[in-house]
Amino acid sequence: MVELSLPKNSQIKPGKSHKAAPGAKNIRNFKVYRYDPDTGDNPRLDTYEVDMDTCGPMVLDGLLKIKDEMDQTLTLRRSCREGICGSCAMNIDGRNTLACLKPIEECSGDVKVYPLPHMPVVKDLVPDLTHVYAQYASIEPWMKADTPAPPTAERKQSPEERAKLDGLWECILCFCCSTSCPSYWWNSDRYLGPAILLQAARWINDSRDEATGERLDNLEDPFRLYRCHTIMNCTQTCPKGLNPAKAIADIKMKMVERQG
Amino acid sequence: MASATKPHSRPLSPHLQVYRLPLTAILSITHRITGIGLSLGLLLLTWWLVAGAYGQGPYETFQTVLTSWFGQLVLFGFSVALYFHLCNGIRHLFWDAGKGFEIGATQRANLIVLAAATVLTVLTWLLAI
Repeated sequence: MVELSLPKNSQIKPGKSHKAAPGAKNIRNFKVYRYDPDTGDNPRLDTYEVDMDTCGPMVLDGLLKIKDEMDQTLTLRRSCREGICGSCAMNIDGRNTLACLKPIEECSGDVKVYPLPHMPVVKDLVPDLTHVYAQYASIEPWMKADTPAPPTAERKQSPEERAKLDGLWECILCFCCSTSCPSYWWNSDRYLGPAILLQAARWINDSRDEATGERLDNLEDPFRLYRCHTIMNCTQTCPKGLNPAKAIADIKMKMVERQG
Repeated sequence: MASATKPHSRPLSPHLQVYRLPLTAILSITHRITGIGLSLGLLLLTWWLVAGAYGQGPYETFQTVLTSWFGQLVLFGFSVALYFHLCNGIRHLFWDAGKGFEIGATQRANLIVLAAATVLTVLTWLLAI
């Protein structure tokens, strides 16, 4: 359901200010969303003065510098620091992206960092992903085939068949796209959202998979698939340069095509 | 009070409050708003037809209201909504056909829709006045 404002317990209060070490000349302000589940107080926006002369180039470098040197209570997910694990997805400078791939230089003004939008917050920049993972499981993201695999070889694909998976297999499930989508914000209880639908397309387009019809049946629903209204936030925000909107359109077209 | 068994209910992270909507998203919500506006505008059209059917008196009332500055303003708004909704609707047809999903194409189409809606509105009013 459309709810434009935040619930009472989610409204953001002004937070604390953390000064840079004396002598720092090149300071950039980081404004970071904080929520502490132990107190249960409303979330707040803390300000950190980060010395850019001793900081790496990416927003993740800034956040880790804050955690290492200024405030160890800051909580965030991160792992690979090179855009392949999808852990550090967050809302930076008003758009969703991976903190490890976002140069601080590209942010305008203060570096504003929030968790992925319209998600339950576990702590600080860590959203609860239980629901999206359950939605992911609902599309049965594994190969389904009645035909037994050749005993001594893999299931083969032609280069053309394999090429159909390009732009789909690269998804790292960071959920930047799903949490950028207003349709997903208002209907995430029933709409699967761009990340999951791109994954659905990945299996629908796999020449080795034999459950295409069944997969399409499962998506033939006013909400699961058709809440996509081509707002295109997904495609514009994907840190891997993929195109979930196109993948969704592709599924919609397959729905029409199979009606003959 | 916090306890191990009963956690606080999790807050919802900010969404519209912090998201910098791209132009494509702004045009998308504008498409909806103009759609609602057009539905309301149909009442004007109905009034026009009904007034004409009722005779000279009611028709003159309609005429007076619509030619007043306020009536003209409403009519101008209606024409803007109509042309924007029409142009953006055509773009939706392309999307429905699976075309124009690349970021560059989307951004070009944003400008084409805005330009076409502006030109059509201005042309209409130049011809009408």
